[in-house]
Amino acid sequence: MAAASLEDQENRKAWGFVTPALLWTICFFVIPFIVMTAISLATRTGREIVMAWNFDNYITFFEKAHLLKGLFVSLEITFTVTIISILLAYPLAWIIAERVPQKWQRMALILAVLPFWTSYVVRSYSWLLVLAKNGVINNTLIWIGVIAEPLEMASTRSATIIGFVHFFVMLLTLTIYANLVQMPPNYRRAAADLGANGFQVFWHIVLPLTLPGIMVGAFLTFVLCIGDYITPQILGGNNELALPQIIMLQLGRRADFPMAATLSIVLMGAVTLAYIACARWLKMERT
Amino acid sequence: MFRHVSTGITRKKLLTGAATIIVGAVAVATQPNPAQATEELNALVWCDHTDPALLAPFEEKYDVKVNLKEYEGTGAGLSIIEQSRPGDWDVFVIDGVDVHRAVDMGLLAEIPADALPTSDIFPEVVMAENNVVDGKTYAVTEKFGYNTISFDKTKVDPKDMEDMSVIWSDKYTGRIAVYDYYLPVIGLVGLGLGIDTADLGTDDMPAIKEKLFAMKKVAKQVGEVVSSQTALATGEVDILVGGGEWITAVLSEDKPNLDWIIPKQGALRWAQSIGVMKDSAKPDLALKFVQYILSPEGQSKLATSSCYWGMPANAKAGEHLNDAQKAALRWNDQAGYLKNSQLYPIPDENLDAQMQDAWVEMLQQ
Repeated sequence: MAAASLEDQENRKAWGFVTPALLWTICFFVIPFIVMTAISLATRTGREIVMAWNFDNYITFFEKAHLLKGLFVSLEITFTVTIISILLAYPLAWIIAERVPQKWQRMALILAVLPFWTSYVVRSYSWLLVLAKNGVINNTLIWIGVIAEPLEMASTRSATIIGFVHFFVMLLTLTIYANLVQMPPNYRRAAADLGANGFQVFWHIVLPLTLPGIMVGAFLTFVLCIGDYITPQILGGNNELALPQIIMLQLGRRADFPMAATLSIVLMGAVTLAYIACARWLKMERT
Repeated sequence: MFRHVSTGITRKKLLTGAATIIVGAVAVATQPNPAQATEELNALVWCDHTDPALLAPFEEKYDVKVNLKEYEGTGAGLSIIEQSRPGDWDVFVIDGVDVHRAVDMGLLAEIPADALPTSDIFPEVVMAENNVVDGKTYAVTEKFGYNTISFDKTKVDPKDMEDMSVIWSDKYTGRIAVYDYYLPVIGLVGLGLGIDTADLGTDDMPAIKEKLFAMKKVAKQVGEVVSSQTALATGEVDILVGGGEWITAVLSEDKPNLDWIIPKQGALRWAQSIGVMKDSAKPDLALKFVQYILSPEGQSKLATSSCYWGMPANAKAGEHLNDAQKAALRWNDQAGYLKNSQLYPIPDENLDAQMQDAWVEMLQQ
């Protein structure tokens, strides 16, 4: 009897802790998501939104090549950014964790995340000035005689990727660094004692143990990058539209909330698939 | 166990410092501050109205804080209104050709005709057919200009700019920016194909689309006002399709190399109107704001706003503009320009959807 009462008490306590988070999620995620899904099943007639409860907007999305292309542009940019960011962040995190003396590591991390302190928009516009025809890079390359004519870098997909990578390398550095410093040095020593060379130690010991950090950082990069509107808008020069830009066009120019909701659901679908892949992989790693 | 740590600040210094801060705070608090004005007015405007130099005389005179929300393109403006509550907005600046649309939606209030300086407005831009519905005035033209071709005359051959086809020819590949507003640019492309804006219909869209795609192929970027202007000013591009005096005039002192032209096929004339919102809780104050904007002083400041310049609708604004400003606005050439320009297309819902689809398709090329 007493045990049951204690269990009830524990249950009530657990619900007490969980309820605020649950309410928050219901109010600010579940309900808006249901509303957004419902709106995506409506149609816009004139300036009116009529609840049609059909999938016309989804069919339109797959029928109109310029809308579908938005998803592919977003995915291509996001995958490219994620891969380049991992390739740059890993060595940076490694250097901070392994080569920088411990007393300087905190300072190195602060320096690594320093660009976080500036506004995201300002940072994007700054990149535009750096990459412009008369920008820092072109002027320097011309001055030292590497090129005769300025390179076309601003208002391109490359510019968008550079802007994104600059931001996400910092994020990935933090998640990978956290994994590297938690790794007991004995593992590497043991591998070395057993005859593994430097590359083998990295490939068979260090990399597998830091993969969770990479995956978590990669997932965050994927989510933030695929939903970003500002960077492609400023640095891409509107030369191709990512899905968030198309969503903004539906809202800003056409007040077509049903189509905007449809595209948002598609975007969420892509993020959900990425999450499932990431979660399954992490689960597989643990088993 | 406790140590006394001297901060090096004496009590006298501390008190002096505190007194200075208090005196300073009081001084700031007693300054006229629009943020603490007794009334507020909410206006949905184009970015030229956000210049503090334009608003300050009105705010001071009426002890009011004018809150502004800027937008580009009527669709965006109407979208904002739809997301607002009735009464949120007191004043609405809208594309002249869309006044009927706003009146049909019941957004604008009638303005007493005798409250406006109509006789001072350039006759060509009174646009009664747009601003007056069923004999009632709902809006008044406040500023106008041209969507045409801006260019750097030191880098391109100005003769080439006289023909609209330059915007889709490959002579200046990678050196062209396109203003990201589908209506004027589609109108310009239409003019290039010999289609008047008033006659533009769905049958014309395939040909227009083809030229839009060709234009995109040779363009370096498609951008909104700021990025387009920056691209032209910094030499990132040499030509801006959809530009005009509103892009180059504001830079006339610093960038005399920038110029604009109306090609032989003509140009688009933009005209912005201002009106009082029907659901405004402060219609009298809103009307006073409209009257201030239409006054010669308000007009001269609006014409030379830091966001973009444009011709004032009120001819008397000329008394408040200097010769350099008039030259940048091409004050004396307006008669010819007005003759060789057409108003924006006014698409119905179906054509508008086709135009927007074509625009997005072009962007995705």
